[in-house]
Amino acid sequence: MEIDREDGRTPNQLRPLACSRNILHRPHGSASWSQGDTKVLAAVYGPKAGTKKNENAEKACFEVIWKPKSGQIGKVEKEYEMILKRTIQSICVLTVNPNTTTSVIIQVVHDDGSLLPCAINAACAALVDAGIPMKHLAVAICCCLAENGYLVLDPNKLEEKKMTAFAYLVFPNTTLSVLPEGSSVAEGEPVEHGIITSVTHGVMSVDDYFLCVENGRAATASLSAFFRKNFQQSSSKAG
Amino acid sequence: MGLQDSSQDLSTEMEVDAFRRIFPLRFFERHLSESLRPDGRQLGKARDTIVNLGLVSTADGSALAKIGSTTMLAAIRMEVMTPSTDSPDEGCIALEFHMPPICSPTVRPGRPADAAPVISKRLSDTILSSGMIDLKELCLVSGKAAWMGYLDIYCLDADGALFDAALLSAVAAFSNLQIPVVALNDNGRIVAITGGKDQDNASITEKEAVNKEKRKLTLKNIPFSLTCILHKNYILADPTTEEESIMDTLVTVVLDSSDQMVSFYKSGGSALAYSSAIKSCVELARKRAKELNQILGEMDID
Repeated sequence: MEIDREDGRTPNQLRPLACSRNILHRPHGSASWSQGDTKVLAAVYGPKAGTKKNENAEKACFEVIWKPKSGQIGKVEKEYEMILKRTIQSICVLTVNPNTTTSVIIQVVHDDGSLLPCAINAACAALVDAGIPMKHLAVAICCCLAENGYLVLDPNKLEEKKMTAFAYLVFPNTTLSVLPEGSSVAEGEPVEHGIITSVTHGVMSVDDYFLCVENGRAATASLSAFFRKNFQQSSSKAG
Repeated sequence: MGLQDSSQDLSTEMEVDAFRRIFPLRFFERHLSESLRPDGRQLGKARDTIVNLGLVSTADGSALAKIGSTTMLAAIRMEVMTPSTDSPDEGCIALEFHMPPICSPTVRPGRPADAAPVISKRLSDTILSSGMIDLKELCLVSGKAAWMGYLDIYCLDADGALFDAALLSAVAAFSNLQIPVVALNDNGRIVAITGGKDQDNASITEKEAVNKEKRKLTLKNIPFSLTCILHKNYILADPTTEEESIMDTLVTVVLDSSDQMVSFYKSGGSALAYSSAIKSCVELARKRAKELNQILGEMDID
């Protein structure tokens, strides 16, 4: 049974992606990421000397500042900051620049659904632009469940409101390997199948969650390809 | 190389406490290889859980939940308010999670803990999306008056798994909640009745029939949560603060009484969650939900 989406997309189709890097001059790295109408601007300053209090001085520290489009900063923004900070900490190599702080500032330009994944993707692109050492990229996607159990990827704001449950999933990007055996395997599954971050809203059955995870993994392949193409284009222009 | 040799030399001579402070990860991994934790628990076992109801006499509902040393005090106060125009039949719950300086040496007065607003938001999302409380039950007079429940959760001792203990205390406080008796007086305003005095009887209209006596809310689909640590191939249920500070990958699974998943929360961390780990966490959460359901069930009988 096909579900009709308002903008005519198939359930597994993502909105048009656009990414531009190095758009701001003062930050050391910056990127703008848009998925359909949702647009987020990310800027990276760092590494700067010194860590904050209560942080481990033997590792690099990250600080995230989330600025909403309008309104005061509340608990929603604090939660997004914490999720983004922990995700970035898990993808960056923390031992290269110990006792430093890197600030990532997220500015929401327009929110049309799937905001947190868009911000995570923007932050990754900005970190690459700033040259922060990373193990791999974090590729984020939103999967949601409609009432009839149908799964839909990358919803816009209207679709998000109608859904019974949705999950924001972040995976490592797919590797392009020169070795014939392909990507490395851990616990019998390829490394890119592991979940870095998962945040769900709404009630869903355990099987539905596994279905979301599978669909999310399949979508990360196209997102990773987009990242790769985008970075290769700008590096070939510079070179 | 050189460092490992020196640590092994030291480990034969060092006291256990010193080894625990200087090489925490190695100390824990020595225990994990024997499928045990330093406090003697099995890997998948949660700490002893105690719930006490009705401790705060000035609140309409209260509960104290202790998981191991982590202690949470939850208290609910009900107030009458005007419902919003887009949901005139529904009341409202406002949840606030506080981490006062008593709970942990890292929390200082005047500087709110980083974790507090995040846990606060997660708790309110979980409780509202699980459908435990039917907001329509909180309605008094459609469009004019409805109950607003202020739920405050105070962390008295932060020893890991804060979200689990806070959710348990919130659920227990709701099960202890008794909605106060109110009447509609001549001015059309809701006033509280205390023990049926004669002067109040004169102003009671028929609308007061809504609240004849103190009543309890019906709770369906109660959410229960379990936080686990993922470390290499080990999954540790219900971590303490020490374990959380050494191994940074935390996964929280919230299941409700009909085995639906209310939330699967994993926020970064150096270990990635593969399908096998997800399945194991969900299994551990199911067992824990049964245990907690039993504990709450024993409370209700009192």
